[in-house]
Amino acid sequence: MDDERAGIFAGYAPEQYFCELTRLRADDAGVPALVRERLGRIGVDALRARAELAETDLIDLGITFTVYSDATAIDRILPFDCIPRIITPSEWQQIETGAIQRVTALNAFLDDIYHDAKIIRDGVIPADLVFGNANFRPEMRDFAVSHGTYVHVCGIDIIRDESGEFRILEDNARTPSGVSYVIENRHLMLRAFPDLMSGVKLRPVDDYGRRLRAAMTEIAPVDVGDPQVVLLSPGIYNSAYFEHVFLAREMGVPLVQGSDLTVEHDRVYMRTTTGLRRVHTIYRRLNDDFLDPEVFRAESMLGVPGLIRAWRAGNVALANAVGTGVADDKAVYAYMPRIIKYYLGEEAIIQNVQTNICREPEGLAYTLAHLDELVIKPVGESGGYGITIGPRASKAELDAARAALIAEPDQWISQPMIALSVAPTLAEEGIGPRHLDLRPFVITGRDSWVLPGGLTRVAMKRGSLIVNSSQGGGSKDTWVLAGGQ
Amino acid sequence: MRVEPVLLARDAEGLFWMARYLERVENLARLIDVVQSFESPGREAESWTALVAIMSDQDKFDSYEAASNPDTVKDLYLLDRTNPSSIPFCLDNARTNARTLRPLISTEMWRQINVFHRFVMGIKPADLDGDRLSRLCTKIKESVQTHTGITEGTMYRDQGWQFYQLGRLIERADQTTRLLDIKYRLLVPRDREARRLTELTMWNAVLRAAAGYHAFKRLARAEFSAEDVAGFLLRDPSFPRSVFLSVRRAEYHLDELRRVHHLPNTSDAVEQAEFLREFILERPMDQVLEGDLHGYLDTVQIQLSELAGAIGRSFFRDWRPEALAAPAEQGQTQLV
Repeated sequence: MDDERAGIFAGYAPEQYFCELTRLRADDAGVPALVRERLGRIGVDALRARAELAETDLIDLGITFTVYSDATAIDRILPFDCIPRIITPSEWQQIETGAIQRVTALNAFLDDIYHDAKIIRDGVIPADLVFGNANFRPEMRDFAVSHGTYVHVCGIDIIRDESGEFRILEDNARTPSGVSYVIENRHLMLRAFPDLMSGVKLRPVDDYGRRLRAAMTEIAPVDVGDPQVVLLSPGIYNSAYFEHVFLAREMGVPLVQGSDLTVEHDRVYMRTTTGLRRVHTIYRRLNDDFLDPEVFRAESMLGVPGLIRAWRAGNVALANAVGTGVADDKAVYAYMPRIIKYYLGEEAIIQNVQTNICREPEGLAYTLAHLDELVIKPVGESGGYGITIGPRASKAELDAARAALIAEPDQWISQPMIALSVAPTLAEEGIGPRHLDLRPFVITGRDSWVLPGGLTRVAMKRGSLIVNSSQGGGSKDTWVLAGGQ
Repeated sequence: MRVEPVLLARDAEGLFWMARYLERVENLARLIDVVQSFESPGREAESWTALVAIMSDQDKFDSYEAASNPDTVKDLYLLDRTNPSSIPFCLDNARTNARTLRPLISTEMWRQINVFHRFVMGIKPADLDGDRLSRLCTKIKESVQTHTGITEGTMYRDQGWQFYQLGRLIERADQTTRLLDIKYRLLVPRDREARRLTELTMWNAVLRAAAGYHAFKRLARAEFSAEDVAGFLLRDPSFPRSVFLSVRRAEYHLDELRRVHHLPNTSDAVEQAEFLREFILERPMDQVLEGDLHGYLDTVQIQLSELAGAIGRSFFRDWRPEALAAPAEQGQTQLV
């Protein structure tokens, strides 16, 4: 058995990176070692065969996103890696409290900037960074949201550096996606790899739908006993449509599109077989821009004319609130440690990645001087687009980045190259180290709750640091060990 | 305590159409199978031309030759994803509907439609060869029947179920009229005895395609006539694919919508269904056959589409953007 174990992990070399499965942690209760041993007993060939069956299962179940081109529509799955990522109880404790702290600060920040903007008057954050931000919504000014909650669902991207320290890379406070995969990955593991999990006590992930529905109920206009919640989706052509279906089902609420809703007398109704029915809370998976053609993009066919009026009249709740994009902006991100300190009087439980703000002269100068060591990121993009990784960029790419920085410095930030942690992943060469991150999901109505685990995204390409699904990333089941194994 | 879940008008329409498309797929497979069994050496073309005629697809072919070539006809119905009357097209639409209906249908239903869809999209020209075609049709038929069984065993009986059943039954009635029509599109020999034998073979094939062969044999006289077969397919009160039984069952589901689910506006559809049922029973079968059977079947088809239209106007209209533009209708909408 030991020989076999050596066999499957024989060529496995995480090098200087922190490995999530081979690095010993005090409270891991021997689970990583147990999993390695079990993987060894299964062997690479059998793992491959079972992983293939598991992926077929995902296709059959339609756990897919559709890629449309001119003539064809191809259903793709998010590649699934069958070797789990393991988080110990003390690690989870830090992630959970750190994530809640972060969301609490984000909500306080949004409430402040859309009311008195004390943080700006106190000189903690520059005014133009907030008011000049493309995602700042003047329509939101002086409007009170239930419980002061703007960010009802937040996905926080966390990475781990060489020393094993967790760091926050990005906040996703608009319409973060990926939570359906957390739950589906667990179900898939239970079906396809029960022998890997047997006897291991894990924190369950099944409570998400109930919690989300409870939060949506909490934020409904106060005069309603049994509020009608709906999930608003752009429809089947959206790449996250599977997730919209999943969440509507898990919450047990109608999945609606813009054309199903109508606003009359500042109240929102949905069109049913028996006529119009009142809607009280909308969990919307549609960007701000598309929500209401009366206020935002006039040509949007996906939204609902009058929705913002109804919202401002207090007749419907929207989750997430409009205008949260100003808080998860990469430029504002740099100020998050100061924002946390300002509102909560606490140090950040999870640190940021060190960030140079190129709109500030020192930040720009430092970035230009160390271009080939830094990761250069545009502040307005998401999904891993527009990034230049200095140490891996060609001369021409560096020159292009330099020109862009000088032309529009306030559009950029830079960060040191972070050595993302790795985990053993089934790959062409057998089992190899692949970089990964973690996106825990925080639900906030009256209070905040974090789904134990989160989405572990893994770069399937050897050496790649980009884990985004749009760039060829996959995912793993994320195990949060329960205390007392 | 039980609260009737709301049903979006768009989803009601989606369920209605998902069921219609799947029923259509099954019946197309039945039609193709029966046409193949009509083929006789040296006269293959005729039966395939008949299929094109009853589908009203003549104008999809450049020439009579193309429309009577077994290969091009089979391609049109089994491979061509852009032809609205093909099996792949209908199944693709059923699946697209199912995708929008995911929160309302069971995971098992969705999974089976997905797997079935992948199978149909993978049909290759070689699968349509004479010796394999019947097996392919059987597989398609059985896949829809599997869907039906899973649906029966897993779908929640709310109003969505009623709309699903209405779609299925209206489509089934419509397809049975087409199956009957195909017999009248075929040429028969002039010689009396040869004609009798050919017709007998054809009627048997039609009955087999409709899965009514054995039931019919139990009921019929030894020397059965065309009236007996047509009467069986149109009016039998117990044959599951008869037009009469399909309409009567549709009436039952309309009544459920009114009685159990308290839907307003059922009366137009109920009246239309009643009218259709009476129309089917009205004229003696021999008179129908002496006259213009094809015209008669056409009328039944038009009445069925009137029924579908009445259901659409009563329950599906609200989600349509144009409903907003009509102030009269807005006045009627009930604010809850």
